[in-house]
Amino acid sequence: MASFWEYANPLKFMRTTDWLLPVVAMAALVVTAIGLIWGFFLTPDDFRQGATVKIVFLHVPAAMMAINAWAMMLVASLFWLIRRHHVSALAAKAAAPVGLVMTLIGLITGAVWGQPMWGTWWAWDPRLTSFLILFLFYLGYIALWAAIEDPDTGADLTAVLCLVGTVFAVLSRYAALFWNQGLHQGASLSVAPGTRMDWAYKAPLYVSMTGFGLIFVALVLAGTRTEIRARRMKALVARERMA
Amino acid sequence: MMPDLGRYAMEVSLAYVASLGLLAVLVLWVWLRGRAVRRALDEFEKDRRGHG
Repeated sequence: MASFWEYANPLKFMRTTDWLLPVVAMAALVVTAIGLIWGFFLTPDDFRQGATVKIVFLHVPAAMMAINAWAMMLVASLFWLIRRHHVSALAAKAAAPVGLVMTLIGLITGAVWGQPMWGTWWAWDPRLTSFLILFLFYLGYIALWAAIEDPDTGADLTAVLCLVGTVFAVLSRYAALFWNQGLHQGASLSVAPGTRMDWAYKAPLYVSMTGFGLIFVALVLAGTRTEIRARRMKALVARERMA
Repeated sequence: MMPDLGRYAMEVSLAYVASLGLLAVLVLWVWLRGRAVRRALDEFEKDRRGHG
């Protein structure tokens, strides 16, 4: 079993993901399809929410991955800042567009569900607002990477931005508990006794969450491979110019 | 067989179409960008080997 740090070597990362990426991508497709088909076609309407309960199978996994993607970027950024681990900086860069789309899906599905249930598409509720700020942080992070020519300087500055944005990632997860106010309810799933969701919904939701997690992993692996190649290309061009 | 979504058919359909559409665009973007970068690098290396 290779040490984790061996994956700092781009060649080792590329060799491993050659076989790993198709496996994860296929698993992501199958598991997500099962979760969403189960949730959409085979779950009953909720006695209060009616058919809008089916939106939970998109909203909760997307919102979970929006926050987890930022957490992964945080860990990767710390690896970069502490160990100068190039692959981890590129993995953080590759994760940002995926997190951005997950956040957007969370915001859209939340608005579409909120309109019939809360009577409004949007409210300046602590969780919704912190989630919107997280979305803006994703945009800023991607823009910062695009704006800086030198990859190491880009990795340094985006890592710092990631540390700052973590405040909003944490807030968007726990805002409903911190302030105990606003429209957004607490966690849909909990290990605490007296959990509110019936297994008829919980089971497909867990499958869907696993599927979204696998989608994230597959897209980050694919994106990191692209970033490694792009960086190699840049290095070769720079070397040629200097020769 | 399409389930009966009742009076929330528009909201539920919109949520699924928008989400799956965004995911499809993301997957397509990642794939196309990956292919373009790989081809550019392959061509660059092939070209340099030819000149070397």
